[in-house]
Amino acid sequence: MQSETKSRVDQLTSPAGHPVTVLRFEGDIASTSKEAVLGTYQALPKDSVRLVLLDFTKVDYINSSGIALVIQMLIEASNSDQRVYAFGLSAHFTKVFTMVGITKYAGLFPSQAEALAAL
Amino acid sequence: MSQVKSTSVEVRLPSRLGYEKVAMSTAAAVAKLMGFREDRIEDLKTAVAEACINAIEHGNRLNECLSVGVVLSAGEDALEVKVIDDGKGMKCLPPKPDMDKKMHGEEDPRGMGMFLIQALVDEAEWVAGTHGKSSYVRLVIRLDKVAE
Repeated sequence: MQSETKSRVDQLTSPAGHPVTVLRFEGDIASTSKEAVLGTYQALPKDSVRLVLLDFTKVDYINSSGIALVIQMLIEASNSDQRVYAFGLSAHFTKVFTMVGITKYAGLFPSQAEALAAL
Repeated sequence: MSQVKSTSVEVRLPSRLGYEKVAMSTAAAVAKLMGFREDRIEDLKTAVAEACINAIEHGNRLNECLSVGVVLSAGEDALEVKVIDDGKGMKCLPPKPDMDKKMHGEEDPRGMGMFLIQALVDEAEWVAGTHGKSSYVRLVIRLDKVAE
C-alpha cells in the first residue's frame, strides 16, 4: 500500500567548491523506509562526507515514522561532525519539519540550487 | 453540499500500515467538497494519517482481524473525524516532543504522531472506550471562510 522508497546518491560540488553528497529520495517515507533512508546514509563513507543534502522533491508522503528516520540520521550525522541540509519539501512538510524542530539541526531550502549556493 | 446540514462518510480500514492513506484520501475528498483551502487539507491529511497509524499500531496492535473505523462528519463550518479502534485508549497524553532531547539521545526519535495531530487540527481529543474497546480519537478542523 505504501509506495516503496527509492534512494540514490549523487556527488556534487557547491559553487564555493565544497563537495556535497546528495541523497535523493522518491516515494513514501514511512516505517518501511529504514533501509532507503538510514541504510543509504550509513553506507556513505564517514571520513570523507562532510556535507549531506537530502532531496525530497519526489516525496509525496512523510509520516511520523519517516520523520523519526530523518531524526535518527541527523543524530548519526551530528555524531560524525557532518552537516545535513534538505530541499524540495512541499510547503506542508516544510511546516511539519519546522514544527517538530528539525530545522534547528537541518537547514531547509526550496531548491537544490539555493541549497548549494548556501553551502 | 451547502444545503446539507451534516453528511457522514464512513471507511473501514484493515489494521495494516499503509492503509491510512485510504483514510487520508477520503478525508481530503470530503474536505475539498466542503471548500477547505489546500493547506488545511494537507494539515487534515497528516492528522488523519497519524490518527489511523496510532489506531493500527497501538490500538489494534497490527492485528489484521481487527479494523479501524473512520467516520467523517461534515457540518456547515467544520469537519469532524473519528478514528475508532479496539484498544483501551490513552490514559494520558505523551509530553510534547523535544528535538534537543532527541538529538542528545534523551528521548526516543519516534513519538511525533500525537503532537502533529494536536498541532494541525483545531480540536483533538482521545476518548477511552468502555470495557476497554472502541476507543477513539476525535478531530475537528474548522472551515475558515476565505475573504471574498
